[in-house]
Amino acid sequence: MAGAAPTTAPDTGTSAETTYRSARVPLLLPTWLVIGFFLILPVALMAVYSFLTKEMRGGVIWEFSLAAYDQFFINRGLFGDEPPSLEWTYISVFGRSIVQAATATTLCLLIGFPTAWFIATRAPATRGVWLFLITVPYWVNLLIRTVSLRFLIRENGPLNDALLATGLITEPLALINTNFAVQLGLFYSYLPFMVLPVYAAVERYNFTLSEAAADLYASRWVTLRHIVLPIVKPGIIAGCLLVFIPSLGAFLAPNLLGGAKNFMIGSLIEEQFKRSLGNWPFGAAVSMILMSLVLILLLLYARSTARAEAR
Amino acid sequence: MQTAIDIRTVTKTYGTFTALKAVSLSIMDNEFFTLLGPSGCGKTTLLRMIAGFEDVTKGDILLFGQNIAALDPNLRPVNTVFQQYALFPHMSVIDNVAFGLKMKGFDLPTRRKRAGEMLEMVHLSSFADRLPAQLSGGQQQRVALARALAPQPKVLLLDEPLSALDLKLRQAMRMELKQLQQDTGITFIFVTHDQEEALTMSNRIAVMSAGHVQQIGTPRDIYESPVNRFVADFIGETNLLEVDVARITGDQAQVILPGGHTITCSTATHDPGRHQLSIRPERLTLGPVGTGLEAVVDQVIYLGTDLQIHVRLDGGTPLQIRIQNAARTEVPAPGTRIGLQLEEGAARLLAD
Repeated sequence: MAGAAPTTAPDTGTSAETTYRSARVPLLLPTWLVIGFFLILPVALMAVYSFLTKEMRGGVIWEFSLAAYDQFFINRGLFGDEPPSLEWTYISVFGRSIVQAATATTLCLLIGFPTAWFIATRAPATRGVWLFLITVPYWVNLLIRTVSLRFLIRENGPLNDALLATGLITEPLALINTNFAVQLGLFYSYLPFMVLPVYAAVERYNFTLSEAAADLYASRWVTLRHIVLPIVKPGIIAGCLLVFIPSLGAFLAPNLLGGAKNFMIGSLIEEQFKRSLGNWPFGAAVSMILMSLVLILLLLYARSTARAEAR
Repeated sequence: MQTAIDIRTVTKTYGTFTALKAVSLSIMDNEFFTLLGPSGCGKTTLLRMIAGFEDVTKGDILLFGQNIAALDPNLRPVNTVFQQYALFPHMSVIDNVAFGLKMKGFDLPTRRKRAGEMLEMVHLSSFADRLPAQLSGGQQQRVALARALAPQPKVLLLDEPLSALDLKLRQAMRMELKQLQQDTGITFIFVTHDQEEALTMSNRIAVMSAGHVQQIGTPRDIYESPVNRFVADFIGETNLLEVDVARITGDQAQVILPGGHTITCSTATHDPGRHQLSIRPERLTLGPVGTGLEAVVDQVIYLGTDLQIHVRLDGGTPLQIRIQNAARTEVPAPGTRIGLQLEEGAARLLAD
């Protein structure tokens, strides 16, 4: 194939290269503007704010301070007069959030993978319909959907009514304000972010490879583990990241479905900017810590795959 | 000789479409057997049923006497070389080749050794640690072959394995495949739509069309004694004429050509009446006028090794002749009147 491609004469190649170079700046400008405005600027703003002094009714005073980070990590007692020790309050919020997000990601994968597989193995003409059905609920605002979920699972809501009617339970289940409710909310909010990338990977999967594996004496399970999963892995990882990262910072589901007990990072950050009691530098600091955590996780993952590939 | 595969009245339907209609055939052990036919004739379906990728609607498939028609593909001791190779893209060449051995439960040293031998056999030892994507099409083809042969299957199924290669490579691979089959002693079932491939490699060929087996025989049988119009036309080039039968005695027939001449030829039928007659263009020779059939030259086409001469018999029936482009060949000019001789076995009376 490559041999058949016409080779460009050297002189035109050089001039084409010059044109390419001079066109590079205007062509790349839109990308840099988008990245600058929507990525670098907000993050820089957040970073700067996290090192400022809080103003009592929200906002900041332009004075350098490490108070926000201090508040996050160090406990000096209620009146600030005790010897400093590690502050566990916020770290435990982080821990809980990570567990919640990881659980939501696992649930989304367990349900999302078979769903994506199902859609990808339909006739090409009907795949679009299935994908359309997956996305339909997302035409409604997330807030409204989360509130609706609250109505569905409340004590005298349709779910409990139905369960009582079947006689499976005799008392209505107290689902609202539980971990379960938060999980349900996260799962419901982010499932398509798992289904779509996994679908894209499975759809590209060459099913002849499964036949080849079966031909070489592999059982269905072995074929799934050793052939299918390694090949669609990029889609699964994309899906997991797309579910895990927003789940970690989610605040609608924990606020509306979880109640005070099931506080997550997202709610903590939101608190800091919402009320007159808020603390902007602290909110910014928590955001920075959250972002660093996500980046560290991504780097660790990138390193582990690079090492796996080098083997 | 032992029967390796026995196909017994196998039928395959997809909804209302019938892909195979009660096909029966036997393939001998250590045979290079080819399923030949145009696309949609059912040859690939039949191969996939032997491999276990398609359910058998009706009928039985026996492998050395054992009915395998209902077995899952991973339980059948046959291996397949796929048309697009279907190499596992995330595994190295050696891991691809060793995959079947691993699944069969061989230990690591045995796997390494056997896979290494297989790669040596297909001349790819130095590529063991590459990924399939880093190989050329021809090399991938060899890996696919090594992978399918490594578990030492009783029967190797090859689904148009050469169709993705370019011409030169395809011709080289034909010889190699044939050699490999003789060296390993494994029964090869080869699917192709390329008659040249079928003729050059096979011990026997089954010509298929529209879900039926039209004829089974050696390459020589198929080419020289076709039973019907489809086989005569599909294998090689031929002139097809509609003729009246004067007399049939044993396997010889006397037929009357459109010009009024009577010739004797072999026959695939014993029914009198009108039939198709096949005349192979390379078995017609030019000669002086007055020594047999007579015709007028229409056109001479230069083909390099050969010349193709279009002539018209008295009465207007067109015929094609193929003669070697040798140094001494006298090329008749268009419009000349020539004599034509039918060599031994040039003509055959067909069943339809």
